[in-house]
Amino acid sequence: MEKEQFVTIEGKRVPIEGEKNLLELVRKANFNIMTFCYHPELAAYGACRLCLVEVEGMGIVASCTVKPKDGMKVRVNSDEIRHLRRINLELLLSSGNHDCTLCSKSNNCKLQKLAKDMDVTEIRFKSKKLDSHKDATSPALVRDHSKCILCGNCVRICNEVQGIGAIDFAFRGFRSKIATAFNKELGQSHECVSCGQCARVCPTGALMPNSSEIEDVFKAINDPKKKVAVHIAPAVRVGLGEMFGLPQGQNVDGKIATALRMLGFDYVYDTAFAADLTIVEEATEFLERFKKGVNLPQFTSCCPAWVNYVEKFAPEFIPNLSTARSPMQMMGPILKADYEDKGGKREDLVVVAVMPCSAKKSEAKRGEFYVNDNPDTDYVVTTVGLARMIKEAGIDFVNLENEWFDMPFGTKTGAGVIFGASGGVMEAALRYALAELDPANARSVKFSSLRESKVFKEKTVEIGDIKIRTAVVSGLKNARKLLDDIKAGKDHYDFIEVMSCQGGCVAGAGQPQFDGWAPRQKRAEGLYQEDTELAYKSQDNSGVLALYGRILDKVGGPLAHKLLHTHYYDRKDRTGQQK
Amino acid sequence: MTDRFAPAAKILEEHQYDSAKLIPILQKVQDEYKYLPEDIMRFIANELDISPAKVFGVATFFAHFAITPKGKHIIKVCNGTACHVKGSSFVINTVKDKLKLKDGQDTTDDMMFTLECVSCLGACGLAPVMVMDDVVHGQITPAKAVEIIDSVIASEAKNAD
Repeated sequence: MEKEQFVTIEGKRVPIEGEKNLLELVRKANFNIMTFCYHPELAAYGACRLCLVEVEGMGIVASCTVKPKDGMKVRVNSDEIRHLRRINLELLLSSGNHDCTLCSKSNNCKLQKLAKDMDVTEIRFKSKKLDSHKDATSPALVRDHSKCILCGNCVRICNEVQGIGAIDFAFRGFRSKIATAFNKELGQSHECVSCGQCARVCPTGALMPNSSEIEDVFKAINDPKKKVAVHIAPAVRVGLGEMFGLPQGQNVDGKIATALRMLGFDYVYDTAFAADLTIVEEATEFLERFKKGVNLPQFTSCCPAWVNYVEKFAPEFIPNLSTARSPMQMMGPILKADYEDKGGKREDLVVVAVMPCSAKKSEAKRGEFYVNDNPDTDYVVTTVGLARMIKEAGIDFVNLENEWFDMPFGTKTGAGVIFGASGGVMEAALRYALAELDPANARSVKFSSLRESKVFKEKTVEIGDIKIRTAVVSGLKNARKLLDDIKAGKDHYDFIEVMSCQGGCVAGAGQPQFDGWAPRQKRAEGLYQEDTELAYKSQDNSGVLALYGRILDKVGGPLAHKLLHTHYYDRKDRTGQQK
Repeated sequence: MTDRFAPAAKILEEHQYDSAKLIPILQKVQDEYKYLPEDIMRFIANELDISPAKVFGVATFFAHFAITPKGKHIIKVCNGTACHVKGSSFVINTVKDKLKLKDGQDTTDDMMFTLECVSCLGACGLAPVMVMDDVVHGQITPAKAVEIIDSVIASEAKNAD
């Protein structure tokens, strides 16, 4: 047996157990040194200089970039280190705009927290104060360079995890900034797919989901001529509670329903209803393609950043995307059609979607989702945005009683609810397909491999001599690799679920900010728990079945296609390529 | 129409489409196109399979690269330590006035001149130094700088006749 290896941190022996760097060991020793540029999901970068420690024989080093070695003696809080760390923080604070009371990130900002923890009350270095300049040209995200500390987390996640590189460091010295290609505003960036993972890892208020629509929602609620319907995505119910100090992953759907009514929404629905509808259409589409052997593998299309990605970077796979709309974009037209069916006017019903996602905001703005200038989804608010609305209204969320969603668009099955976790859409689709192909044995198939905390998962189901090979991938760089393998003929699948955010919608940019895997898992567990309390498969959603009788006619029929399906565009950049 | 991307394609080929050679590629491209036009940078990024933001980052990091078109004649005035001490700021201000350059403007409206303030030209013994189209002028004064510019303007006028 190998000898155990130790590092001594402030006189205490700490065993090395596979930690990648000294900072992880220091944190294991319960010195929770806060940093900006170190992020457990990204490559170490060593830029913010707040993780400085003193290693005997090495001097002062950035602990995030040092490999732990047996026998190292480490000081974390010597006078010199305390002094340097404080100077580094003061230097970060000396330029830029750090007006906390006027910042949406206040209370969730790492820079603010560290300045408070270290009790910085004065900055000795005078520098030119940057004025706030907001780039709100993207419906999904807002950038404010004056709040940026150049930690590079956004650049690295866009490159390393999403494989896109829509932003990078540009210019030099005092003029350094994070810029899109050619310094365009984000709304004009060709590369950005709006996934918002950059905002998820931003320690300050420099990159945040666009929350401008909240005002419009309040206005619509208070407009006597309008009725306002709201629906919440599955992942929202297991994310929102954190904003009110409730345990991570706790399902608070009942409190949300109550709060939404208190905010003044007229109809309170569940996006999971539309998720069941998506499954009925998408799985039916899959079974048809599978029977004919065309356009396989079929890719799911409910993740709008993934759709953007295919259109911009892999348009050769557009025929493989399911044409079924996402649950959000099925809910809108259904609610408006139902409102018209009952004698109302389409434009008098305002549909608000509460989503864990920034890309959903740009999805709602796509031209094909408008009828006579009226959008299918009027406004998209993020999970965090809804928390803000609840707080602004003074609602005591934690102490609310549970209420239920309105019928019929509040009914759902477990299949619709698990959409919020990576693997959930595929499981829901397979539950549907198995029940169609092999009703007798459908319930005996287990999907544990699709529920693992992994970015790539597989499941093959066999029905007699039919074999359906499926895969689930999350994170766009992982998706890219799968596309390359498929193109090279290395892999074959019939049906593939892709989510842009690793772990699925529970990890979306609209959710309360988090680091690492544990929060994703807790949120996903919250959804799988609700699943056990509901009907099993989307066919069991009585509301969905009734809808086909009343408005949609038959599954996959012409009317369903008009309201529930969509089309995609090749938007690849081919600058300079011969036609 | 001749293909405006053909010279860039040739340069890429000469560098084996190797993204590690991005800087030499951009240098050659700048020689060819006189600056780094956006569509050419985008083309290079696509061909090298790197992000256009990365190419833009490199292009804006080095003072050598220009992302806006440069004038026909390039004037470099050194503002390194030695030249600065010897009064290069007066030369720079005079040139700016002479060329009617506004704050933040490097190139004249008629695209005839670009003024670049550089950090050291390695000719500190001749400080202050000005370089007009690769010809080094040492111990420059504001008056001499104007003289040099006037002579270029005069020869341009002659060529135009």
